[in-house]
Amino acid sequence: MTITDNGFTATRRLVLQGAGLVILVGLGNIPLGVAPALAAANDKYPEDAFKQKGEADAIKSLYGKTAEPSDKVKLDAPEIAENGAVVPISLTTTLADVTSISFLVSENPNALAASYQIPPGTVPAVANRLKMAKTSNVIAIVEAGGKLYSATREVKVTVGGCGG
Amino acid sequence: MASTIRVRATSSGDTTEVQALIQHPMDSGFVKDAKGEIIPPHFIQQLTFEHDGKSVFVANWGTAVSKDPYVKFSFKGGNKGDDLKISWVDNKGASDTTTAKIL
Amino acid sequence: MRSAIHFASAALALAALASVAAPPALAADTPNPAADARAFQKYFIDKFPKLKLADFVNGPYSLNEDMHKQWEEKEQFPPYEFSLDMGKEMFSKPFKNGKSYADCFPNKGIGIRQDYPYFDDKEGKVVTLELALNRCRVANGEAPFSYVKDEMAALTAYMAFTSRGKPFDIKIPNDPRALEAYENGKRYFYTRRGQLNFSCASCHVQNPGERIRAEILAPALGILNAMPIYRSEWGGMGTISRRFTTCNVQTRGVPLDPQSDEYRDLEYYLSYVSNGLPISGPGARP
Ligand code: HEC
Repeated sequence: MTITDNGFTATRRLVLQGAGLVILVGLGNIPLGVAPALAAANDKYPEDAFKQKGEADAIKSLYGKTAEPSDKVKLDAPEIAENGAVVPISLTTTLADVTSISFLVSENPNALAASYQIPPGTVPAVANRLKMAKTSNVIAIVEAGGKLYSATREVKVTVGGCGG
Repeated sequence: MASTIRVRATSSGDTTEVQALIQHPMDSGFVKDAKGEIIPPHFIQQLTFEHDGKSVFVANWGTAVSKDPYVKFSFKGGNKGDDLKISWVDNKGASDTTTAKIL
Repeated sequence: MRSAIHFASAALALAALASVAAPPALAADTPNPAADARAFQKYFIDKFPKLKLADFVNGPYSLNEDMHKQWEEKEQFPPYEFSLDMGKEMFSKPFKNGKSYADCFPNKGIGIRQDYPYFDDKEGKVVTLELALNRCRVANGEAPFSYVKDEMAALTAYMAFTSRGKPFDIKIPNDPRALEAYENGKRYFYTRRGQLNFSCASCHVQNPGERIRAEILAPALGILNAMPIYRSEWGGMGTISRRFTTCNVQTRGVPLDPQSDEYRDLEYYLSYVSNGLPISGPGARP
């Protein structure tokens, strides 16, 4: 496995779009072509935030403000990842009025890994599995009542998840 | 036929817990194949869960979400037998959608 | 390649670790598999007194708490689900001639994983489940599958799933050829080879629970019960054949052909000494 610093800008090329569809036909049975009506998701995909390198830029691009650490944000992650390709990471919080939860991995080529919208009525807790290229801080951001709160944990990675 | 989406949604008391696993390569674009050529990025960008016509959870993902991604969350409301609609779309415009019953 | 080199240097460090406990008795004068298996199981039970016998089938996960937690998280929605579903579908789909896998196996192939590999007295050799599946295909005019992943992993995943909880029940019939196959497998397991001069036992008997690179070595007891496995490092499924060849390569040895006589005998030995431990496959591994 070789890591390059080539970002994912190239994807937008139509050529690749075509190639991707062929592969998916091989996988079988995925409705093709038409972009789905993500009716309820009126919020746009935060493309720019995902393209930022460091976590500070990603948070700025995503939220336009900075976060303060809070012990009301509980971030759960392994001490040593069994494999950087699949690191189980979860979050719970006692903060009220949560509207979104995001995860960043400082040392990844692009820090922002995932960002979740939490509509009213949805419990402010999420579990997911992320890739980590190497030992790094994982930062969780909770947006609550228009403010940002964070929690940070270091996860040691000895087998990198460069591949995934 | 086989969907790319596996869902388990179970309601207990006033909350419904949802777990989903999706079959997708989630290629990061940072990896080379055996021939030394970059495998272009190919990843799910958005995954939505809708109940009763409203979205209850929206995931925006980058390339650092693991292959065959997994996510778990809960929402208030949702009764046994209700429909939960799950859809994803990736950076190449492919998509899939399925409807699962809450158990 | 790069990972093989890392692995090698870690392996050397491991070798330097004074390897303490003596391996289970090797050279009995007359082969006695039943006594072997008892001694083998006792060795691991004594080494890990806190574990129950059935815990050994979880490989590295029962030996390390931080990893056990990650495993539990994975098992909530295990990564082998897609392969398992595919195997189930493949298993029930008839061949072009109208026959199906079920026609090739006792009890229509359901709940029989624990009886494989077995010694076939007509052929005079050990027959593994993977081998039997491909023979079934060929006998019905279908092309054989690759032994290491994808379809073969999916089929064996499904068959293992229908046997979950059933203890390994490997028989060594009263036939000198069967005993010889067992002895060959055992010899293979304890023979040092490769540039690093390691035997399988150097890692999986003498050092289970130790870290090598990032990995925690699985104990040889119950080492095949969870097969096939979804390995994060592979980013996919692998069969017993795949795991054997990978371990040979990692110690800079030359892997054999999947389903060669040596690997078949090796699987016979490793399965036999785990008799009584439940099938838990398919499994998830780092
Ligand atoms: C240098 C140490 C080393 C040697 C020698 C070695 N292995 Fe392994 N083996 C590993 C590592 C590391 C793993 C992956 C972590 C684990 O599960 O133990 C592994 C995994 C396995 C597994 C899967 C275990 C599981 O629970 O998923 C099997 C089966 C196995 N090895 C068989 C063998 C056989 C057979 C040999 C001899 C041909 C052998 N190994 C030689 C290091 C070794």
